[in-house]
Amino acid sequence: MSTSAPVVDAQDQSISSPVSARALWLGGVLVLSLLLYYFIGIDQGATSLFGQDSHIHEFVHDARHFLGFPCH
Amino acid sequence: MESRFVFRALGVGALGGLLAFVFARIFAEPFIQNAIDYEAGRDAAQNELDRAAGLTVGGEEAEIFSRGLQRNLGIATGMVLFGLAMAGLFVVAYLVVSRRFPGIRPRVLAALLAAACFLGFYAVPFVKYPANPPAVGHGETIGDRSAVYLAMVGISVVALILAVVAGYHLARRFGTWYGSLLAALGFVVVISVAMALLPALGHFPLNESQYGRHAAETPQPLLDPDGKIVYPGFPADVLFKFRLYSLIAQMIMWATIGLAFGALAERVTARAKAPASASRPAAVVTPSPAS
Repeated sequence: MSTSAPVVDAQDQSISSPVSARALWLGGVLVLSLLLYYFIGIDQGATSLFGQDSHIHEFVHDARHFLGFPCH
Repeated sequence: MESRFVFRALGVGALGGLLAFVFARIFAEPFIQNAIDYEAGRDAAQNELDRAAGLTVGGEEAEIFSRGLQRNLGIATGMVLFGLAMAGLFVVAYLVVSRRFPGIRPRVLAALLAAACFLGFYAVPFVKYPANPPAVGHGETIGDRSAVYLAMVGISVVALILAVVAGYHLARRFGTWYGSLLAALGFVVVISVAMALLPALGHFPLNESQYGRHAAETPQPLLDPDGKIVYPGFPADVLFKFRLYSLIAQMIMWATIGLAFGALAERVTARAKAPASASRPAAVVTPSPAS
């Protein structure tokens, strides 16, 4: 509200914001990578998120074998 | 700051997957086709036997994607997306370790981490559960196989992380050389126990009741009622080549990620440090702990 505050605010932000941004980046990348790993390697084999469909499985079929994942 | 490393990592991950695909397309696909042809021939022979025995013969499964699509666009998509996923996990590890140990030179850390990821995510699990070509693996055990494979991957990644942390502490007490050796020994012991406890693929109850006791699910020769071989077992050379090329493809992918990301990370790190340092010459002269 007053004009004397911004100095403190700016300092607070420069400390708190990079930490949460970093956590967001690390967490986001970690979750998305694991999800991608699951869909390339596992989904529509042992478990299936989209029911009885095997389009992903059949499309990346050769890669799934070649990357070492169990495949039908 | 993190975004710069993440986007570069994803770029080199896609590149690594693409290079591994090119290798796979040239070297592995002929053997994948051999395996699929073997499976087709074996199914035909099995149908003959069933018909002779008066059993009803099941119809063929409908193909969703043609072989042409699977062996080109399909495997390319799979390899590139796998490269992206692995690079994502890699860069998370890189960002965590590089903040904790800023003294390690970026390209050295990147190379070491890529080697660790190669070991943890692929090479160590491969020792117990190696990659199998089409025709090797029974459809009804896919659930069991997925569970033990993921367990093996999880154990090897966690054990590797613990071994590195333990090695760091042991190094203070026993010196770098013996501390590292002790940590490596601990890793080998833990992994050996895990491998001994996890079942061989052929030993699943489903497999033993239906196919007899074999170490793996590799197709055995097909016998007629008189015990005569009417179709051979899975060709050993195809199995070997497929596994060897699978291993090489992963090495190509991880080498690309480790080395290319290392080069990019050096530049990003140098640029980030440059404005902070008092003068340019000082930044150049600063000795790096490793080279």
